[in-house]
Amino acid sequence: MENILAQAKRVAEEAEVFMVSSEETPVQFEANRLKHIQSKQSHSVALRIIKGGKVGYASTTKLDDSQELVSMAMETAEFGMPARFEFPSPTSYPQVEVFDPDIESISIEEMIKLGEELIVAVTSHTPDIICEAGVTKSVVSVHIINSQGGQTNYRKSVFSLGVEGTLIRGTDMLFVGESQNSCHPLLEPKAVAEVVLQQLELAKNQATVPSKPLPVVFTPYGVASALISPLMVAFNGKIVLEGASPIGNRLGEPVFDKKLLLWDDPTIAYRPGSRPGDDEGVPSQCTPLIEQGTVTNFLYDLQTAALAHTRSTGNGSRGRGGLPTPSPSTFIIAPGDTTFDEMVQDIKEGLVIEQLMGAGQGNILGGDFSGNVLLGYKVESGKIVGRVKDTMVSGNIYQILKQIIAIGNEARWVGSFLNTPPLYCPSLSVASKG
Amino acid sequence: MTHIEAFVHQLTEALKGRNADYIEARLEESQSSHITYRGRELESIGRTTAIGGNVRALVKGGWGFVSFNNLGELAGSVELAVKQAQLVGNQESQLAQVEPAVDVVSAEKDKNPVAIPLAEKKQLLDEYNDIIWRTPRLQTSIIGYSDGYKKVIFLNSLGSYIEQERADIALRLAAVATEGSEVQQAGLSLGSRGDFSLIKGRQREVELMAQHAVELLSAPQVKGGEYTVVLDPVLAGVFVHEAFGHLSEADFVYENDHLRQIMVLGRSFGNAELNIVDSAAVPGLRGSYKYDDEGVPATKTYLIREGKLVGRLHSRETAAKMKEKPTGNARAVNYRYPPIVRMSNTYIEPRVTPFEDIISDIKEGVYAKNWYGGTTSMEMFTFSAGEAYMIRQGKLAEPLRPVVLTGNVFTTLMNIDAIGNDLEMNQGGGCGKGEQMPLPVSNGSPHIRIRKCLVGGR
Ligand SMILES: [Zn+2]
Repeated sequence: MENILAQAKRVAEEAEVFMVSSEETPVQFEANRLKHIQSKQSHSVALRIIKGGKVGYASTTKLDDSQELVSMAMETAEFGMPARFEFPSPTSYPQVEVFDPDIESISIEEMIKLGEELIVAVTSHTPDIICEAGVTKSVVSVHIINSQGGQTNYRKSVFSLGVEGTLIRGTDMLFVGESQNSCHPLLEPKAVAEVVLQQLELAKNQATVPSKPLPVVFTPYGVASALISPLMVAFNGKIVLEGASPIGNRLGEPVFDKKLLLWDDPTIAYRPGSRPGDDEGVPSQCTPLIEQGTVTNFLYDLQTAALAHTRSTGNGSRGRGGLPTPSPSTFIIAPGDTTFDEMVQDIKEGLVIEQLMGAGQGNILGGDFSGNVLLGYKVESGKIVGRVKDTMVSGNIYQILKQIIAIGNEARWVGSFLNTPPLYCPSLSVASKG
Repeated sequence: MTHIEAFVHQLTEALKGRNADYIEARLEESQSSHITYRGRELESIGRTTAIGGNVRALVKGGWGFVSFNNLGELAGSVELAVKQAQLVGNQESQLAQVEPAVDVVSAEKDKNPVAIPLAEKKQLLDEYNDIIWRTPRLQTSIIGYSDGYKKVIFLNSLGSYIEQERADIALRLAAVATEGSEVQQAGLSLGSRGDFSLIKGRQREVELMAQHAVELLSAPQVKGGEYTVVLDPVLAGVFVHEAFGHLSEADFVYENDHLRQIMVLGRSFGNAELNIVDSAAVPGLRGSYKYDDEGVPATKTYLIREGKLVGRLHSRETAAKMKEKPTGNARAVNYRYPPIVRMSNTYIEPRVTPFEDIISDIKEGVYAKNWYGGTTSMEMFTFSAGEAYMIRQGKLAEPLRPVVLTGNVFTTLMNIDAIGNDLEMNQGGGCGKGEQMPLPVSNGSPHIRIRKCLVGGR
């Protein structure tokens, strides 16, 4: 890797080498049975150069051909965007624990046992459910060096445990599921199964909803599937810079409900979304985005920050292995003071939304969302009475998050990216075949 | 420079004498380039090369799979895959019989889009971007171009050796218009099997797309509810892919007795005019190939014929377990993944009704056009239109904000009551299943009319 940097420095003003190696072991169950064990070993190296003031980029999985890598980066630099940033000089990083050596010592046999226990816990509740389950462990190493002498180096372990169940009656299909992850091994399949059992209980009966505006409680999964993608876009410094974010010129203004607090935090110990530095080697920081309803910051990488005359927030992310671009690491929504039961009890007629399908397809820049309620429950006179089907809800997150009735007092992780409590909103447009 | 051919002998030897019912391996070498614009400026341009491979082993019905970038330890990878499969297997292995094939398939037009000078690609994108920016009240543009060229060598323990090359181009353009805090966008997806000339000359379409984004700012949102909906060929193609295509993938059905009953061959899904086909064997489309990633020759498969379920898409394993013929639909997005059952080119066959007759007796309905996205949970699906218009008294009326349509596959296909005469295949977009995306596919249809379709809105 030093060798690639040295070669690049000979032909370009500045250079940065980004190297990732990972080993992932998924153990997969299909139709309630162990089906597949995989081992995925991967290495890749990406080179970013600044040549004639412009950015060039190339990546490869061939580890023996640095000459080709350098020449591809040179070829692209001719057309690249003008570089407005400098690579980070040597700096110190916050202590962010993301590696637990215990993960490496978990055997395949133990992983198989965890998956089997998870499936048994679900099928002993509902015998005719068909489950897919996955138990995965992985270790990723990231290494970045640049021509300013900057260096980032860390190892991360991730363990995940999840199950998805399909229950079919006639042509009616019910989908339930839960997955959890951590940098520590997750050895409690019952904790995962419990969430699924609760979904199965609530979905036992069916209920119909009228086509009209109704109050809605979004569970943490509901928040993730309906409301989060528009927020990710709106706080992206690049979208703000282009003038395409609806909140881009409203820094310091109360755009959201006063109860709402949102921040980005890649420094939480042993969370898969955490890391000591971002994919450009900028140290991680916690960035408040919404404080008491007011827009307080946007998220930046080096180039976008320079163009916007501000500093990188350490949110440079390489996504699918391309050039860094601003992206949130972990969204945290602060819990409030209302229990989930209190929210439900407050509703005369309304919905609890657990999973919305297709919400990300609409005009997410404008905050519109519209989706089919894949898993959701009808509330009548303060009680969940059953599961709804053939129901579509639509709304705009800027209207919904401006007026929140209550925020739940219990937050949870949804995937590795989001930690949120339930949100209780006064009115959402509902269309149903009823 | 390393090439995958250099490892074939070593790999062939490594597959021999293993304690497994079946082993296959893929070696893959690829190159690609991408150019993206956000706003007036080019945002990112890059080149990528990759080399990698995998080994998949089957022992007593259990699978082991190892993927890697380091081709230097092939024997070790084979050994690990077999060991994993042994840990899983406790039944009988079942794979549909397929003749071993020895074949070399070079890229159809023997054009490598990655080799076209970046300057030529940039010139075309600049031209499209200028068209978007000439549109008044436009806030910004987003353009993503990518191309790729890859060679895959497939080997298995039955003696197959298949070398296939393929090229692919995808171009997605979007225009964003704003007014106050209103933000609206319109998009266009293009693609081809590596032929760069097919994404040229689309200036008029780009111009209309940009104008449409501005038009949306003043368009009303449809009132949510049930409508008679007419879909254009692009959107009807997305509809057939989402609403029915995924449900016909046998890996979802084969081990689930309930679903096998629901998806029993002969079941009526639509009226007698409805024919749905998946065919990787049509040449030149983005979902076309000669052999799938299990070395099975591509076929044309009728999924629905005259309204009845007559077939489904198979891997060798699902075909054997359902006692049906393999269809050559096991595909992997790249060497990091095992092949799973996927669509290729999926379409509704054309009938006779012209477009004017399809809308002429609709008093109030929605005409939905153009691809925006789609997803399915098998029973329920949603898909969204980039463009929509009210239909009033048999005529197209005012434009609407983009609409999301949803439905239940078992009733919605039944509610198709008119099929047009104007089949078009759409080459834009890709398909995702599990972690494997985007897989190049194409889909198409003539105009279709659906009664009682649920449309989301205010
Ligand atoms: Zn798909």
